[in-house]
Amino acid sequence: MSIEVRGLNKKFGDFVALEDVNVSIPTGQLTALLGPSGGGKSTLLRIIAGLEKGDSGTVNIEGVDATHLPAQKRNVGFVFQHYAVFKHMTVAKNVAFGLEIRKRPKDEIAHRVDELLKLVHLSQFSHRLPSQLSGGQRQRMALARALAVEPSVLLLDEPFGALDAKVRKELRDWLRRLHDDVHVTTVFVTHDQEEALEVADEIVVVNEGRVEQVGTPDELYDEPANDFVMSFLGEVTHLGGVSLRPHDIELDTRPRLAGGVEGTVSRMVRIGFEVRLTVLTVDGDEVSVVITRTHARSYGLEEGSTVWLTPADGATVIPRMVAAS
Amino acid sequence: MIWFSALVLIPLVAVVVTAIDGGWTVFWNTITNGQTMSAIKLTVFTAAGVTLVNVIMGPLIAWVLVRDRFWGKSVLEVMIDIPFALPTIVAGLVLLSLYGNADSPLGIDIANERPAVFLAFLFVTLPFVVRMVQPVLEELELDVEEAAASLGASRMTTFRRIILPSLTPAIAAGAALSFARGVSEYGSLVLLSGNLPFKTEVTSVRILSSIENDNVAAAAAVATVLLAISLAVIVLLDVLQRRVAARG
Repeated sequence: MSIEVRGLNKKFGDFVALEDVNVSIPTGQLTALLGPSGGGKSTLLRIIAGLEKGDSGTVNIEGVDATHLPAQKRNVGFVFQHYAVFKHMTVAKNVAFGLEIRKRPKDEIAHRVDELLKLVHLSQFSHRLPSQLSGGQRQRMALARALAVEPSVLLLDEPFGALDAKVRKELRDWLRRLHDDVHVTTVFVTHDQEEALEVADEIVVVNEGRVEQVGTPDELYDEPANDFVMSFLGEVTHLGGVSLRPHDIELDTRPRLAGGVEGTVSRMVRIGFEVRLTVLTVDGDEVSVVITRTHARSYGLEEGSTVWLTPADGATVIPRMVAAS
Repeated sequence: MIWFSALVLIPLVAVVVTAIDGGWTVFWNTITNGQTMSAIKLTVFTAAGVTLVNVIMGPLIAWVLVRDRFWGKSVLEVMIDIPFALPTIVAGLVLLSLYGNADSPLGIDIANERPAVFLAFLFVTLPFVVRMVQPVLEELELDVEEAAASLGASRMTTFRRIILPSLTPAIAAGAALSFARGVSEYGSLVLLSGNLPFKTEVTSVRILSSIENDNVAAAAAVATVLLAISLAVIVLLDVLQRRVAARG
């Protein structure tokens, strides 16, 4: 294990940011800390980096007790949401900063900076100032700067949060490929479940200062530990006392399967190839169902149609714990 | 541009023209006159010294105002501006009553001494650097300092290589203002300094006495010299600031 956090507590005044958090982050993997804003995931990352101090508990990085080490001594690379560029330095100088602090020989620094700028595709911008770069380029520069000091772990705090949707998606794919090349233990914070599911090897779901579940994207999606994890990773609806995904409901216009719940289609929205239905059941529940356009057409569905709903075979189903929202 | 010309350029040109009108000999005689020379020296050196103090104290005060939280902070915030707001002659009166007589409440009597000029300059120029640096410091993002720390930079290194280069333009601008204000100061020091020739007489007082003696050409000559010095200092500070910022 590369990072071990044990019994970590943190309060800001009366607000409990982290409560008895225990996390182990495996070496060489890309781990996502996923959760809603204000859930404590950024605080956890900042405590690992030494930018914040926990009230109690320990942080161990690569077998070294780092709990009382200052940020300067942790050998951790940190990437900030808003880039945190050194405005008055060129791109190359930004990347070289950590190496200059370590008093490396000049030609070694120049060589390493060259290498890193190539890695983040910024070679032709080395003499520009950060203000002349786009947001995505700035963040790549910040990443190169963090990697320059060969950190034992790389921490990214909502690294793509300030970018627009398209660049965000590009950088996300690029980060995945970069990690496959560099293999440094990486932890990134995100509130975007799609980002986490797509990029991470392992996901730690953090909510209200607690770790809700740890697992691979598939494990989390297929076997959510509780209602929160299930609803945070994707859409959830409730059918006959269980929670499940809207696309995991089978629909028929006749009561063919045992245990089918009868209802009427109250709303129908088509988005491209999928059709989203709201079905009012005879029990008084409002159930969301997603089916394909082809499927809907073959049944001749329209608002007011009577349908029977059953959970599909192999659907992820967990007992309903909270009231339907 | 027209606005700028009407307000700044035309009066400046007029001063220089008046100085030249008097003829070269008058100009040269005026500024090489011992009393004038001594006044110019005193003014420039004192203004430079005061500016140096401000360059060090200004950012410190600004830092305390931006980063620290303490009781009475908002009061201090307002007090910084008092030297701006106070008519300079009132400032002179205040200084005189505090430091300028035998029964001074602080037991300090520097009336008619050179430190009086220094003190008066210091009083009126205090806000310049503070007020220039403060907004820049407020905008400085904390995560930039954290980034430097996580890359292994000590507090000192972070200050020297990250914070200071961001502040230098503001410090230089404040220093230029503070120097210019010092050179032109009149009201706050006439009372305390006593305006003794060869000792505590500053150029602005010298100019006034020239005019009172109906010697406009001499007044303009001194003014031209001051103009040249101020210009040189502003250019120098700009060059210096570019150097420091580029070193980062």
